[in-house]
Amino acid sequence: MRYIKGKLFKYLCLAATTIALLLLALLLWDAWDKGAGWLSWKFLDSFPSRFPEQAGIKSALWGSIWLMLLTAVISIPLGVGAAVYLEEYAGRTWLARIIEINISNLAGVPSIVYGILGLALFVRGLMLGRSLLAGALTMALLILPIIIISSQEAIRAVPNSIREASYALGSTKWQTVRYHVLPAALPGILTGNILALSRAMGEAAPLIMIGALTFIAFTPSSPFDPFTALPIQIFNWASRPKVEFQYLAAAGILVLLALLLAMNAVAILIRNKYQRYLIW
Amino acid sequence: MVKVTPAIQTTDLNAWYGRTHALKNVTMTIEDNRITAIIGPSGCGKSTFIRCLNRMNDLLENFRAEGKILIHGKDIQAQDPFELRKKVGMVFQKPNPFPKSIYENIAYGPRIHGIDKKDLDALVESTLKKAALWEEVKDRLKDNALDLSGGQQQRLCIARALAVEPEIILFDEPCSALDPISTSKIEDLMTDLKEKYTLVIVTHNMQQAARVSDYTAFFLLGELIEYGDTKQIFKKPKEKSTEDYITGRFG
Repeated sequence: MRYIKGKLFKYLCLAATTIALLLLALLLWDAWDKGAGWLSWKFLDSFPSRFPEQAGIKSALWGSIWLMLLTAVISIPLGVGAAVYLEEYAGRTWLARIIEINISNLAGVPSIVYGILGLALFVRGLMLGRSLLAGALTMALLILPIIIISSQEAIRAVPNSIREASYALGSTKWQTVRYHVLPAALPGILTGNILALSRAMGEAAPLIMIGALTFIAFTPSSPFDPFTALPIQIFNWASRPKVEFQYLAAAGILVLLALLLAMNAVAILIRNKYQRYLIW
Repeated sequence: MVKVTPAIQTTDLNAWYGRTHALKNVTMTIEDNRITAIIGPSGCGKSTFIRCLNRMNDLLENFRAEGKILIHGKDIQAQDPFELRKKVGMVFQKPNPFPKSIYENIAYGPRIHGIDKKDLDALVESTLKKAALWEEVKDRLKDNALDLSGGQQQRLCIARALAVEPEIILFDEPCSALDPISTSKIEDLMTDLKEKYTLVIVTHNMQQAARVSDYTAFFLLGELIEYGDTKQIFKKPKEKSTEDYITGRFG
């Protein structure tokens, strides 16, 4: 009887895994089935249009790339800096504890709330308008908690023996962090940051909230230009009644998925390459 | 006769981790160019003691020490801890090479203390020779240090400590993670090194203390119980508890 229970549990777990995978496969298949025929070089290189056969995602694609790069430039130095401070300098004081708990909470705040904050703070307050910069700042806020937490974990994983070895040679704190802790934590930090950026790449809600445009027939040329992004474009197409736009949305989903998969693959490659030396 | 300043002199050294009183009134003088072994059961304060000597314990948050420690006559509290640790090197229990190349492991210390770049290759070679590791690694200096065996890693850690030209080297149970052959290599190395350096070794292994050291100190519950010539300590200990410990009645 105990034996049967064990078997049963195993198959239940297997079923759970299968169902999850099947649903994912179904979703991918649906997008592929509808969108693959619409994928073409022209699709990547055309601006949106009200005629489905002429429409493309050029502005959305470039908008997303711009947005991601700007978000990275803003959020990575801030996030990694905060993580280094919290792990290496702040110590175990109650204040540091409260800050850490709050950062964890911020990671769970819905993205639309960051959109409202971005609208009030960046679009209106700093009068950046509906620009790429306002979007990137909002996205940076959104992923900052994730970046800080994952960087902290990477830094914490560096064994103390490395810090001691460094101090025993007469290194200062700065030298220890700069030459030993950060290089050893770097693969973990990079992996976490890339995953955080891919989260930003897939978000639509905060961008809609700050009023990113949906119809743009040019590629941005500076951070102060208005922009659109892939998820917004997909959302826009999917909400139109004409059936061809549904296919365009599916094709857009495929492009977005390909980008996200590529980013995650890079993260995994980095992790595997250095994993050997992450175990002391 | 000229009065020689001893390498290390502690007076009424007390130390606490939080409320735990880890060292009690330790007054001890350690001679230059000798190997001094510190033995005692776990938790007797022997590691705490040597980690006070290079102010390594200052890095811990709830650690506190009182008393005087003189290194070659100079009060260590009056010195910059980073400069002090350059003079008083340390080798740890578990080999802890940096996850970098063998070359970088040696070169790092001299570099942060401002060595001329063109002297670096020669220094790496001479340091590895001092640690009796050169022949084994000379063709693979660019390999990652973590690819070495445990014993080689520990000798690399000793070489790394030697590279910044310390006066004193503290060994915190350097062989407890190593096999007997690697252990004997490290013991031979220590005997070679005492010509130039003052060595202090914390060890759990009494045979090791008897083999390599000139003087032995026995710690128990944070107190220095007995200190003297190694032969005398192992043959005719004065204190009952020392005898009980070295004959294996507890510990």
